[in-house]
Amino acid sequence: MTEELNLSANQLDALREIGNVGAGNSATALSQVINRRIDMNVPKVALVPLEVVPDLVGGPDAVVVGIFLRVYGKAPSNILFLLPQKSAFYLVDTLMGKPHGQTNSLDFMDESALMEIGNILSGAYLNAFFTFTKITMLPSIPALAMDMAGALLNVVLAQLGQMGDQALVIETEFLSEDDGINGQFFLVPDPGSLETIIKAVGVE
Amino acid sequence: MADLIRVGMADYKVGSAPSTIISYGLGSCIGISLYDPQTKVGGLLHIMLPDSTQARPTDNPAKFADTGLPLMLKDVLALGASKTRLVAKIAGGAQMFAFQNATDIMRVGSRNAEAAKKILKAQGIKIIAEDTGGTYGRTVSIDLNTGVYKVKTIDKGEKEI
Repeated sequence: MTEELNLSANQLDALREIGNVGAGNSATALSQVINRRIDMNVPKVALVPLEVVPDLVGGPDAVVVGIFLRVYGKAPSNILFLLPQKSAFYLVDTLMGKPHGQTNSLDFMDESALMEIGNILSGAYLNAFFTFTKITMLPSIPALAMDMAGALLNVVLAQLGQMGDQALVIETEFLSEDDGINGQFFLVPDPGSLETIIKAVGVE
Repeated sequence: MADLIRVGMADYKVGSAPSTIISYGLGSCIGISLYDPQTKVGGLLHIMLPDSTQARPTDNPAKFADTGLPLMLKDVLALGASKTRLVAKIAGGAQMFAFQNATDIMRVGSRNAEAAKKILKAQGIKIIAEDTGGTYGRTVSIDLNTGVYKVKTIDKGEKEI
């Protein structure tokens, strides 16, 4: 219910802490794969109107690579990992051992490598989530698209839109030490899942 | 310099020449434009979902094809458009992510396109151009001076419909 989406400061803090540990796990996993230090910011947790979400990623017509996973289990959710196009190319170069600047479009192998990164990040994130909430969450096979940020977000938001006008967004920014890679990781629980998660956290 | 009016997701704007109304980054969403070529009045609606049957009363009506269009229509008519002269163009409704076992919600793009056509037909407004489907995002704009509906994409270029 839309009206139940009023979260207390403590609940937001708890969600931020879960996001923090989840993202920390993900950052570690990513840094092991690409053998570079990955920094992350303190996650932003916010209840935002759906129409504002595209502005969180540099505007609706910014070109990004999006890796999308649907999360199944007791608290169905969506994961979207967005990388600016340049960052995605840089990450592919890093993964494939090519000199930086070589990749300027994505072939099948590149896409597959990026989807695997999506898998690794999500797995690490959801593990942390389980530690806190004891809610088992299983990610789907990832799907990838390179297009306008707004267009990719439409897909996630349409699912939420069925239920309300706001999205709970747990957002973390990743940044590699050489500044070549930055990305935003979104966990967007379905409206009904939010209650389940809050209950599991046990914070009033 | 003509006005550029921006429409966000689940929103609509109306105006008159020489303004242009634009909406950025449509994926599964649909941009429905209405235009009266004589008074050069029109509007652009950016819907997210096909119908409001499961919506709550508190929901934003501009989010849905069936409730959003009547709202925009009312405002366009109030600006001086005539319903008999109004023509519609629609674009969007893509499937951005290819999943093997796509659920209904994944196919929301094609459902949006169907719903847009249905509600326009119910209102007796003729669709004179359409660019829907595919797997890519679109930025759409309607030039109220000419009625030209421009569809921009990242890879597939730009076209006027």
